[in-house]
Amino acid sequence: MTAVLEARGLKKSFGRNEALRGIDVSIRRGEIVAIMGPSGSGKSTLLHCLAGVTVPDAGIVRFNGTAISTLDETARGRLRLGDFGFVFQFGQLLPELTAIDNVAVPLLLAGERRAAASARAAEWLVRLGLDGKAQRRPQELSGGEAQRVAIARALVTKPAVLFADEPTGSLDSLAAEGVMKLMIELVRESGTTVVVVTHDSRTAAYADRDIIVRDGRVSVALGEAA
Amino acid sequence: MDSALTLLGLVSLKPSYGYDLKQLYDRLFGLRKPLAFGQVYATIARMIRDGLLAPLGEEAGDGPDRKRYAVTPDGEERLAEWMFTPDVPSETLQNNMFAKTVVALLTGRDAQRLLDLQRACHMEQMRALTRQKQSAGLMHVLLYDHALFHIEADLRWIDMTAARLTQLRAEVLA
Repeated sequence: MTAVLEARGLKKSFGRNEALRGIDVSIRRGEIVAIMGPSGSGKSTLLHCLAGVTVPDAGIVRFNGTAISTLDETARGRLRLGDFGFVFQFGQLLPELTAIDNVAVPLLLAGERRAAASARAAEWLVRLGLDGKAQRRPQELSGGEAQRVAIARALVTKPAVLFADEPTGSLDSLAAEGVMKLMIELVRESGTTVVVVTHDSRTAAYADRDIIVRDGRVSVALGEAA
Repeated sequence: MDSALTLLGLVSLKPSYGYDLKQLYDRLFGLRKPLAFGQVYATIARMIRDGLLAPLGEEAGDGPDRKRYAVTPDGEERLAEWMFTPDVPSETLQNNMFAKTVVALLTGRDAQRLLDLQRACHMEQMRALTRQKQSAGLMHVLLYDHALFHIEADLRWIDMTAARLTQLRAEVLA
């Protein structure tokens, strides 16, 4: 099957710290892949390079066959808004906005009218079991609810790829399970590709496979099943 | 899991026929390994011999059995002892992985590779259990959780050992 995301020979340094030392990764359409590894191994840097947030020093990232690592910031910004969704560990919701307005933000940025954006945002809140919480602000939500709002916001634009960096990192086991179960059900249903960085093996077990990053390289014990 | 004492616990719900006991056991605990009828009746016979169960006389039930069984006072005592005696945490799982890692380090073999292979095997098992758990009822979710948390503990050991390999190699070879 075609690779939706592909990285070849990725290298990235921050000062004297070599975060990525030549990484090759290939991710198929609709695949859910967990990136794991010790703290400081380069797994978040890899996610940021794949998502066009960070530009690698060397190597290439392709999305649907097009090199994105050489695009300028404006073009990469458009790509992130239209084709990619993001979920982080915490602090990603705008505190002054209600849950529904937070979910509507990417639609409004993409030029959708407010009424239509709100209607779609409301649908997604319901799909994530958050009916009745639409008018709450982030600080009035539990950790698990806030993450579900973040997932709704990430999926509302129907992205081709969802990038999640430690999406359950700030949650207890039960809330983490609720968030992962819903997220996986929704992305399987829509065929969305997912790249999730996690240090938690139970979160990674929702993926189809895992890629281990160690010292800026992909662990090669089993090869990279590209 | 002690299937005999589990059966005894089920009889303590209400006096039961062997056939009904097997059905209830399989529904609650037989996800991986249902009990054979022969095993149920052999277990009942053993518990009658040991004074933990007693037959209640002959009367026909829904199944083919004619005898119902009830828990005796000794049986209730044994059940309470089983239930409220904590299980000793298992230490055996790690031993083989520990031995392999040390031998690999001693003999200059690739300890990182063996840990990576073991890790991949554990993750595969975890993914399979997670898939099954997603469509399971709450009671079986508890069962899957138990298995998943144990695999997770192994994985944490594997990751910790992998992070300490350089230091371990120096210590083993000193």
